[in-house]
Amino acid sequence: MSVLVNKKTRLVVQGITGSEGTFHTSQMLAYGTNVVAGVTPGKGGTSYKGNEKDQFQRAVSVFNTVADAVKEEGADTSIIFVPAAFAADAIMEAADAGIKLVICITEGIPVKDMVPVYEYIKQKGSRLIGPNCPGIITPGECKIGIMPGFIHKPGRVGLVSRSGTLTYEAVWQLTERGIGQSTCIGIGGDPIIGTRFIDAVKLFNEDPKTDAIIMIGEIGGSAEEEAAEYIKKNVKKPVVGFIAGRTAPPGRRMGHAGAIISGGKGTAAEKMKTMQECGIIVCESPALLGETMKNALEKKYKATSSTKKSTKKKTVKAKKSSVKKKKK
Amino acid sequence: MKIHEYQAKEILRKYNVPVPRGEVAFTVDEAVAGAKKLGGNVWVVKAQIHAGGRGKGGGVKVAKSIDEVKQYAKQILGMQLITHQTGPEGRLVKRLLIEEGANIERELYVGITLDRAKSMNVVMVSTEGGMEIEKVAEEHPEKIVKEHISPTIGFQSYQARKLAFALGLTGDAFKNGVKFLLALYKAYEATDSSLFEINPLVVTKEGNVIALDAKVNFDDNALYRHPEYAALRDLDEEEPLEIEASKSNLNYVKLDGNVGCMVNGAGLAMGTMDIIKLAGGEPANFLDVGGGANAQTVESGFKIILADKNVKAILINIFGGIVRCDRVANGVVEAAKKVQVKIPIVVRLAGTNADLAGDILKNSGLKFLVAENLKDAAEKVTSALAA
Repeated sequence: MSVLVNKKTRLVVQGITGSEGTFHTSQMLAYGTNVVAGVTPGKGGTSYKGNEKDQFQRAVSVFNTVADAVKEEGADTSIIFVPAAFAADAIMEAADAGIKLVICITEGIPVKDMVPVYEYIKQKGSRLIGPNCPGIITPGECKIGIMPGFIHKPGRVGLVSRSGTLTYEAVWQLTERGIGQSTCIGIGGDPIIGTRFIDAVKLFNEDPKTDAIIMIGEIGGSAEEEAAEYIKKNVKKPVVGFIAGRTAPPGRRMGHAGAIISGGKGTAAEKMKTMQECGIIVCESPALLGETMKNALEKKYKATSSTKKSTKKKTVKAKKSSVKKKKK
Repeated sequence: MKIHEYQAKEILRKYNVPVPRGEVAFTVDEAVAGAKKLGGNVWVVKAQIHAGGRGKGGGVKVAKSIDEVKQYAKQILGMQLITHQTGPEGRLVKRLLIEEGANIERELYVGITLDRAKSMNVVMVSTEGGMEIEKVAEEHPEKIVKEHISPTIGFQSYQARKLAFALGLTGDAFKNGVKFLLALYKAYEATDSSLFEINPLVVTKEGNVIALDAKVNFDDNALYRHPEYAALRDLDEEEPLEIEASKSNLNYVKLDGNVGCMVNGAGLAMGTMDIIKLAGGEPANFLDVGGGANAQTVESGFKIILADKNVKAILINIFGGIVRCDRVANGVVEAAKKVQVKIPIVVRLAGTNADLAGDILKNSGLKFLVAENLKDAAEKVTSALAA
């Protein structure tokens, strides 16, 4: 029903006692995420229930190190809320402690700090999501990030995006049309990120419970093209895409550190063209993402039911009705 | 962050990267004094603006006498220098760099930046110095030779040698070239830069290897650990409205269109600009008010958008996640009353407490065009422009 995270995920929050860490931990707990530990160096051995502003539903044990959180609570996934100057260190600490999935929300980490982190994470066999991202959510099971939980709905569309609020927009358009999501991954807006489009697309492609994929990119870099080539060769599921920044001027950074057209490369037009050529259904406007996905799914379900034998037809129909049921 | 050529060269010099001797000048008198101080009989008078292509635009002159230095300094200081990077209006020249002449034998290229596809730094060289490297990359990609730098072992001598051989350097020039590349990479790492471009890198008749030009961009995210570089920021090179916006912690980029926009989140902001274009308008700006959009940020946003006289309509697009829409709506109403906006405002608020927000806007007594969704917002922008 999902990729990477689910009900069983055991989450440790790095920087749990900071204001961001506190607020979002309270939100994650309220969503039902299995937060098993927090880490704040120097506050190990205490139990934390939030601050005056943001109270937790239940207390969370705080440790000095991620290694302790792994040993004592069996944490397998971490989310990082520490300030930019210390975030690279926090990512490496998590990987070194054996955490297999590290999600870094922090914005503004220097590139020089991220280059060795990228290498280190690979060596350790961990996966990093972000930095500078909203996180990951498997609707109805587990929210690890800063996205508003209520806009999501469990279902069968996988979503991957470099942006935060634009992702919420797309999710909302889906949910409003009764289309649920298997997992939504915000991969982040920085030039160096741990999980790229191609990685997320691979996961969704291999997930039997994901029927279709939405990919939302933006100007800068060539990660969208890389994923598009992969999709052309390997993905049979419908993929709907959008690239933000068609009107962005070259050489200017548009908010995200990675959103810049440099040397005439990384334009939206170029990306959209490649994506189209690779069989991705590209939306001209972000307002059309929900509608386009709805049409793509209808076409897919229709095609499967008409080409497959009648026995299979039933399973497809059953799938459809199960999606509908969950609408409530 | 961008800096001037003379500032870049001062930094390179500190890291033992050979650069020509030079003096910065803000006046003609300073230019003359600088040339005299340098001595010799050939000087280069170079306009200092944050844009490339200065030579073609008439911003770089070779002077053969002090009189010529004076004449060129007069000519260039105060001119609106137009290059392919400044736009048609050009950039006012307020600073000059007076440099000693070099005995140029060959013009080469070297650049260092992050290769995003590999998440590693890359050192690139080319024998096609003096040309726009983007053009070389397009027309003769084989003429650019790259070495990726492993973060575990760093830039090694064998890599520098490989690049120096690729540049066809021999004898003293080869030795000096290798030293140059190693020193340059050290400087790149130490300064937390995001781009180094030495174009041209020259080999002199004496076999010296010198950075004749230098472009250095710093990683904005790392400026906190280099206050001395942050201090090099030249506000004259920036759009006044963008400086104003940065004071209010707003992420704003001025454009030339007629529809202003105010959005939370960079991706959605770019998406909103695209929608404006599709609706028949042209975006007047990029403005990300960030996660904590409140009455104050909305008010400063309004002021900055309205200071741009080309703006004929405003589109506010907020997706309330953590931000509550009713709070944003209150902010919009308050700010609109205070600032007295006379042009149509299309407001689209979605997410947390969007219904409440809609009521607040409707009952405000102000004429907002409230949009139900993004598509509707686009249509409302179109009709606002037609009216």
